[in-house]
Amino acid sequence: MSFGVLYDSTKCIGCRGCQVACKQWNQRKGEQTTNTGSIENPPLLTSKTVTKIRFTETDYNGKFHFVFTKLQCMHCEHPACAEACPVSALQKRPDGPVTYDDSRCFGCRYCMTVCPFGIPTFDWDTPIPWIRKCTFCADRVTSGLKPACVTTCPSGALKFGDREELLVEAKARIAAEPGRYVNHIYGEKEVGGTSWLLLSPIPFDKVGLPTLPEEPVVVNVERAMSFVPPVLVGVAAIMTGVYWLAKRRETNGKKTAGKKEGAVKK
Amino acid sequence: MNDLQVQSKRKFPKGLAILSALVILGLIPIVIRYIYGLGAISNLSDGRPWGLWISFDLYCGVALAAGGFTLAGVVYVFRLEKYHSVARPAVLTAFLGYTLVILALLVDLGQPWFIWHIMITPNIHSPLFEVGVCVLTYTIVLALEFSPAVFEKFNWHLPLRVIRSIQIPLVIAGVCLSTLHQSSLGSMLLMAPTYLHPLWYTPILPIMFLNSAIAVGPAMVMFESTLTGKALGHKQNHEIMEGLGKAIPWILGIYLALKLVDLLVAGEIGLIFTAYPYNINWWIEIMVGIVAPMILFNLKSIRKTDTRLFWVATLVVLGLVINRFNVSMFALAMRPGYTYVPTWMEFAISAGLVADSMLVIWLAYKLLPMMQHEPAHVAAPGAR
Repeated sequence: MSFGVLYDSTKCIGCRGCQVACKQWNQRKGEQTTNTGSIENPPLLTSKTVTKIRFTETDYNGKFHFVFTKLQCMHCEHPACAEACPVSALQKRPDGPVTYDDSRCFGCRYCMTVCPFGIPTFDWDTPIPWIRKCTFCADRVTSGLKPACVTTCPSGALKFGDREELLVEAKARIAAEPGRYVNHIYGEKEVGGTSWLLLSPIPFDKVGLPTLPEEPVVVNVERAMSFVPPVLVGVAAIMTGVYWLAKRRETNGKKTAGKKEGAVKK
Repeated sequence: MNDLQVQSKRKFPKGLAILSALVILGLIPIVIRYIYGLGAISNLSDGRPWGLWISFDLYCGVALAAGGFTLAGVVYVFRLEKYHSVARPAVLTAFLGYTLVILALLVDLGQPWFIWHIMITPNIHSPLFEVGVCVLTYTIVLALEFSPAVFEKFNWHLPLRVIRSIQIPLVIAGVCLSTLHQSSLGSMLLMAPTYLHPLWYTPILPIMFLNSAIAVGPAMVMFESTLTGKALGHKQNHEIMEGLGKAIPWILGIYLALKLVDLLVAGEIGLIFTAYPYNINWWIEIMVGIVAPMILFNLKSIRKTDTRLFWVATLVVLGLVINRFNVSMFALAMRPGYTYVPTWMEFAISAGLVADSMLVIWLAYKLLPMMQHEPAHVAAPGAR
């Protein structure tokens, strides 16, 4: 069984209790920000804020919408970060979470470069920095608890459970009230599916989430990497063969140099 | 590059003074980084986690060091003895290139003191793991390949004999390792299909990277040996320059064909006219680094003088630098809400590292037997 979380934007009241609960459980510090003209704060995910609510004010179908979107690691089924990490610090657990191991990471930031959702963040202001991202409160999930944000959510916008069951429920919610949601579960198919699923009243590109293909982003890399062993053996064999031929031509050339001038060339 | 105009008559030449100043200037940001963190010296951010250091020091540095494996392969495996005298400088340049990469990583990595974790808890599916392991082993191979120069200098016969006996396996290992990690640098970007612009993103990116590295290897040897020749007052070997100049267009031709056919097959060839502004980068890269050198190297008037050959080789090098910056910076999208312009300190660190290498090259030419180790039988095929 693989866990997931369903975030229903239409039930979210934008209280940001999840942001605070996350900071408390994961011991992330507060940060100094400046007024951006919105009550959305902080403006971006950082290593101190690994989940936040984004506020979007926009037009859709001739109607004004004020929409909340919870941002955090989506916990992909085929995570690019875990495929990219050279030291296996990032790993996909069979029960859902993509976890991060402080004691392995050496700060190459390849995971940040490849994440299709743009999620992992880095401690830019400390001499001993780490990568930070939502870990699905993997420690809590292991102990049979819900993630801190889900526990604290007062409006029922966040629901923790089995991913397959959540998908069924999400589809049921859309079917029951088609006017309330767009017919799209973000995370069902994006880059091969994610453990976290989102429902929204307006299309997801309008709330700033990337439009992604259904194919996992790791496909081309896996194919390329599968060529490594044959290429290694092949190049070694070809080079040895070329050396052997060239060397033989050289010695033959030297031996016959006195008799036949042409042998040196051919 | 005028920094290298060292005049041996002076006590402390001006070029060396400039290089030393650059080295010291590059050290200052490193100190700040280890007190206040990476954010204090760079404009890197969560939206642009890899910046100038990765694009220039890693992507360009590794590719420009390709002269080491191409020339070593040509001389020791293909046994084209004509090029023997540039093999050793090429290997030294490559060794310094890789040292530069490793030194740059000491600044760029969050916790470089844990880099050995790559051996303890490896993820063998990661292209970066492959690059890391190959760069590490290849640096050792290059050090061994170059070590005879040191042993010859001090007349240490035993280690010299040991190295000579394993020289061919070393060179072959070097070619294999280079093939793997030059291409893996391309594989690394395969992981970013939604960020890298389709003009550059292709499943055969690893082959493109290998091909362009093989093309720039000889060009870099021409570039570097001309500069050191000027600085230290050696005479360039025209036959070598012309030979390399004749070979490069063939490799570039394959590269150009790959690029065009790939775009045709993907049905994206129209992007070279429509994908403004990225198509401008693409055209500059193709024209400067591939088309112009292919034409110019084939002109008799260009091939007549070393200076002209040098300038065309410079075009090839420039084209490669533009390509690597395109794929790892300009055409690689950032997260929304971020911008990136490198700080002067980022430039200072990279410039300092290049100055380091140039100082070591200068010292090597002063102290070690770099060119005068031509074997007795050099006249056999080359003299014809």
